[in-house]
Amino acid sequence: MSITSAQVAARGKGWSIRWSDLGPFIALAVILVLGALLNPSFLSETNVLNVVTRSAFVAIIAIGATFVISSGGLDLSVGSMMAFVTGVMIMIMNALEPSLGSGAILVGALAALVVGALCGAANGLIVTVGRIEPFIVTLGTMGIFRALITFMTDGGSLPIDRGLRDAYRPVYFGSVLGVPIPILISLAAILLGAFLLYRTKYGRRCAAVGANSEVARFSGVPVARVQTIAYVIQGLCVAVAAICYVPRLGAATPTTGQLWELQVITAVVIGGTALRGGKGRIWGTVAGALILEAIANLMVLSDLVSEYLVAAVQGVIIIVAMLVHRFTK
Amino acid sequence: MPAALPSQTPDKRPEAPPTLRAEDLGKAYGPIAVLSGVTLDIHGGEVHAIIGENGAGKSTLMKLLSGHVRPSSGRLRMDGQPVAFGDAVTAEAAGIALVHQEILLAADLTVAENLFLGREITRGLTVDDRAMNRRAAEVLGSIGAAAQPRDLVRDLPLAQRQLVQIARALLDPRKLVIFDEPTAVLANSEVEALMRIVRQLRDAGVAVLYISHRLEEVEALADRVTVLRDGQLIGTYPAASLNQRAMAELMVGRELAMLYPPKRPTPGGAPLLVVDGLVVGHGVQVGSFSVRPGEVLGIGGMIGSGRTELFEGLMGLRASRAERVSLGGRPIGRRSVATWRESGLVYLTEDRKGRGLLLEQRLAPNLTLLALDQVHRSFLLDRAGEAAALDQAVRDYDIRVRTIHLDAGQLSGGNQQKLLLAKVMMSDPSVVIIDEPTRGIDIGNKSQIYDFIDRLVRAGKACIVISSELPELVGLSDRVLVMRAGRIVAELSGEEITEANVVYAATSGRNDIQGRTSDEHHQRPGGR
Repeated sequence: MSITSAQVAARGKGWSIRWSDLGPFIALAVILVLGALLNPSFLSETNVLNVVTRSAFVAIIAIGATFVISSGGLDLSVGSMMAFVTGVMIMIMNALEPSLGSGAILVGALAALVVGALCGAANGLIVTVGRIEPFIVTLGTMGIFRALITFMTDGGSLPIDRGLRDAYRPVYFGSVLGVPIPILISLAAILLGAFLLYRTKYGRRCAAVGANSEVARFSGVPVARVQTIAYVIQGLCVAVAAICYVPRLGAATPTTGQLWELQVITAVVIGGTALRGGKGRIWGTVAGALILEAIANLMVLSDLVSEYLVAAVQGVIIIVAMLVHRFTK
Repeated sequence: MPAALPSQTPDKRPEAPPTLRAEDLGKAYGPIAVLSGVTLDIHGGEVHAIIGENGAGKSTLMKLLSGHVRPSSGRLRMDGQPVAFGDAVTAEAAGIALVHQEILLAADLTVAENLFLGREITRGLTVDDRAMNRRAAEVLGSIGAAAQPRDLVRDLPLAQRQLVQIARALLDPRKLVIFDEPTAVLANSEVEALMRIVRQLRDAGVAVLYISHRLEEVEALADRVTVLRDGQLIGTYPAASLNQRAMAELMVGRELAMLYPPKRPTPGGAPLLVVDGLVVGHGVQVGSFSVRPGEVLGIGGMIGSGRTELFEGLMGLRASRAERVSLGGRPIGRRSVATWRESGLVYLTEDRKGRGLLLEQRLAPNLTLLALDQVHRSFLLDRAGEAAALDQAVRDYDIRVRTIHLDAGQLSGGNQQKLLLAKVMMSDPSVVIIDEPTRGIDIGNKSQIYDFIDRLVRAGKACIVISSELPELVGLSDRVLVMRAGRIVAELSGEEITEANVVYAATSGRNDIQGRTSDEHHQRPGGR
């Protein structure tokens, strides 16, 4: 029944692929082919860049969510947090504009990163120190952040000062060598995330905590610290998304980032990350975010289904993805 | 097979057809036969034991007989009539019950709700709690379980949960009851209660099929013994014709070398680990103990006596405080798994699946999780180093796998235990604490683990072994501390280390051990 260890060592060098991990990429390829058949302009350069750029926000936030979810947590507050960080950032930029000019953008962006990290740390510490279910904690902070942005905008709109618009515009609309800047930023976030999750001690511990926090604890892993850091990473990702987002609309409103948490979690889960923790898939998450945006785009381009039903189709996707996952196992 | 062993006995009970007869039963998954050609009779009023190493096909046979799995060849007859069970429900309806090895109960339901789960007594549209509680109390009483129908399963100790599972199997009248490793989670006193239940069933004319790793139980209980090896039937023997050694030899198919390594010379030298006045939670409070280089210190006591709590407390895994703890002469301040590892002490948990291994992750991440710093350079994980460490561990600890691209959960119990051992040994510790080193693993792996412990202490390390298996405790230890109700109540060494003395101290809490020669023990009974 068993073989010698020498044989094991010999075979151990082999490469092994888990087909189930390729699921999201196959799905993305199928959607691209279908889209090209339905509307030839779907795969045109402008449209592809448009889709990828639009998906950048969800992708960046979903990178952070991949850490939170694979460590066994959940963050429902990301959409509201994005709006809140956006609001704080615009207020700081507007306040500093008279003295710093366009330098206010840099200070505001740094402040956004700090605020995002602090929001994430708050979520993480309440979960770990307070020992409360992440679902409940982030449901609470989701409401808090949403109320704060509504308060800050006085129920209306909080626009960025005219003087800053031109200087800030390229962060969303600019491009380097033909690649839009939001795509470059999200690519950087993806590479950094993949490096952290797959190549570092932290990433390994993150997955171990999510797989079984007791095993992690008995193996000397500082469980609470690992979990808290995952929420901080999430907060930083939200801040990066906010920094890219502001020049697109030029204002924060009470509906900024509304229901993004659903898109983010959908992207993570259809990407192959286990919702119960223990298995994180950064590239799968990226595929998930692209799938969501490509389908929304396809619905606008073709007249098959009303674009008002985008959310419904995305809802169907997450359920189908989970069913496929269950029955191919 | 050794020539001295008795040959297979023909069926000596022609008067009544057997309760269950398996004819040429086999099971194959694809081209791989896990069980083949098993012919077996089980009669009412007999305890029929099935023994075999892990992977011998015991579990498969149980699943075939209880309808959980359909056979790919062969027939079953019940009371002489051919039967085919499509699933466990039909088998249960025919009067066959399986008591699972694992505890499969809903923790948040009451005992009675668990007993009747899926077969609730109803009155009109509502469940009849009163009738269910009454019937539950009867069944629990008949097997001597302390659990009450309205108790939440969550609040019950492990042993009581096991009794609830047995009660669930006995709720309806049964012709055949199959026990799959029922004592794996039980302490000795509870094992005796279980054996009483088995004898009751037998005396009531029920056929009992009993699978166990503990050969002393088989010897004490069984009327006949069937041996499986590598999916084949080796034979069925009258239990009276076999002793434990003969059973073990039939299981492994060769004559056993001594299971336990010979005892080493009395260890000398300054104590390696010294613990003074350790209090863990509210229940555990011990005076002082120490372990020397080259010594195996055994920790005995009933389940619930605080053995695991004591050492989890020492590791900093539970709230605890200590007057003084030192390792190799150096005082230890903050105690945590990580700082202990750096100082050279590791703890191997008794809960392999819940606290030891990440069952759904590959072998390499499991191996290196505790000692991640060792496969880590600046910011990066050293994956080549990790792969080399796994190769090394597979060789050194004889982890038998077809490929290393497996999840830890796909390994057999024995291989999981070896992987866990390799994991804690990665940092080359000087003191190793092993909680239940051989729980639920077969005799071949057991003897390898005993040899490993022997080599470890011969190399000048120290090993603390917590064990509920008395022969193991006696066979391995140079010195034994016995715990009862959170205290160390006795210290045995040399000739004093006998099963009887351990049980006496563990149950009476007294330390007036027979054969004690001097007053050399240096622990303070009752703590501070």
